[in-house]
Amino acid sequence: MIECQELTKQFGALLAVDNLSFQVDPGEVLCFLGPNGAGKTTTMRIIAGFLPPSSGRASVCGLDVETHATAAKRKIGYLPEGAPSYPEMTARAFLEFIADARELSGAKRLARLDEVYGLLHLEPVLEQTIDTLSKGYRRRVGLAQAILHDPEVLILDEPTDGLDPNQKHEVRQLINQMSESKTIIISTHLLEEVDAVCNRAIIIAGGRILADDTPGNLEALSRFHNAVSLKPADPSQLQSLRGEIDALPEVVETELDLKSERLTAFFRDRRLSLKAINELADNKGWELSELHLESGRLDEVFRTITGGAHA
Amino acid sequence: MNGVTAIMRRELQGYFATPLAYVFIVIFLVLAGWFTFNFGNFYNGGQASLAPFFNYHPWLYLFLVPALSMRLWAEEHKTGTIELLMTLPLDVWQSVAGKFIAAWAFTALALALTFPIWITVNYLGEPDNGVIVAAYLGSLMMAGGFLAIGSFVSATTNNQVIAFIVTVVICFVMLMAGFQPLLSPLVGWVPLPIIDAVASLSFLTHFASISKGVIDARDLIYFALLIGTFLYANVLVLHMKKAG
Repeated sequence: MIECQELTKQFGALLAVDNLSFQVDPGEVLCFLGPNGAGKTTTMRIIAGFLPPSSGRASVCGLDVETHATAAKRKIGYLPEGAPSYPEMTARAFLEFIADARELSGAKRLARLDEVYGLLHLEPVLEQTIDTLSKGYRRRVGLAQAILHDPEVLILDEPTDGLDPNQKHEVRQLINQMSESKTIIISTHLLEEVDAVCNRAIIIAGGRILADDTPGNLEALSRFHNAVSLKPADPSQLQSLRGEIDALPEVVETELDLKSERLTAFFRDRRLSLKAINELADNKGWELSELHLESGRLDEVFRTITGGAHA
Repeated sequence: MNGVTAIMRRELQGYFATPLAYVFIVIFLVLAGWFTFNFGNFYNGGQASLAPFFNYHPWLYLFLVPALSMRLWAEEHKTGTIELLMTLPLDVWQSVAGKFIAAWAFTALALALTFPIWITVNYLGEPDNGVIVAAYLGSLMMAGGFLAIGSFVSATTNNQVIAFIVTVVICFVMLMAGFQPLLSPLVGWVPLPIIDAVASLSFLTHFASISKGVIDARDLIYFALLIGTFLYANVLVLHMKKAG
């Protein structure tokens, strides 16, 4: 469990984190979303015990990260921003050092090392020095370091940055596997990641929490939520279709995306949207190659929410 | 395994994973030999003693030890690994001690590798080996003092060049504290006990007596206190940096 109470961090004149309070329970995967400089990394650094807060307090599994620093750090696995590691060490020597520093010993040490080598597919590069590894492998070595002691709490700052789509998928699966028993916070710029791994998202900008909800509820804030998108089999019909949909009394407006040849209709009463379009299409005998209900667009919500704070 | 040991082992691995260790040892040995034979008149002196060898150690350490210590913390700050280190379940003093002991053990190794000169002097004559052992001990203690200063300075910056230069300057002042030209501006207006106190801080005074074979507890305590003080300051600096 992670608890933050009125956490504030000031760097000179800059207020990086402004009175943040939230709690994350085991089984939750919390995603920090926010523009660059929003305070995501600073918040994570405070919880991980790297920076002391200017005021307020943070605790991990009931242990205050300032007054019980070492005990709290034992509970945490932390991937710092950019996954720093010692470039002159081999991946194996580096992870063995982490195992020693975390006081793993004997059979458990060997078993945990073997397990993370396997989980992150590090076997081919174990004897290579870290400075010769690709960005993807370096990130995976950093992740291996964070999960090595099987911590109760994981704090991962941009865990999939620099990975290719297959590797991203694997890391997300790994996070999903671990999420049942652990408390996890990740930060990301990738909105698709929120849907893929998180069951809760906090949008931060200017050091403040602007939204704190499930990804589904955040998407529902989007004006695209329950809008209907359709694509006629014959693109030349787009304009005439648009005219007929516009004529429906429930429709507020329509949008035409010429690039994807899709028409999107926004409704006053969002619950009725798909039914209305379906009926219209049946009556008129339209031939549609695509018809679906939009769940909402997180990127649009993100821009709307953070836009004000950013400008 | 203990946190200090984990840090120490990693550091030592680090030295030998790069050319640093080999370059340092080779340069140390070459310079030690060169000073001894060229300036120390090891052969022409006609004495079976290693005094010509030990006399130049302070000057050798003045430049070589800061080269070793400059990266201790500055590099961690620069590459961001400090964040990794500080979020491991270790106390700051454990990291400071681990790094210091590793660097000190490494200088001990370099010093031990000068053993051929000890064999040579025993082959050529009959030196007092007790004095030589004491001088080695004194030299190692002095190296520890230089290293502790260097480690402290390295923690204050993320620039290794600055760490090097500042360490050289501080070590130079510490070396020369007992030297007349440096003290003369004080004579006349500063009370004599204070001048004596400044002079007694000099590395050279304390090293000179040990290297003559006189192991005085006060000299050992001096170096031990020096090391302890600077390592403590090192821990404080890291805490202060953390607080931003």
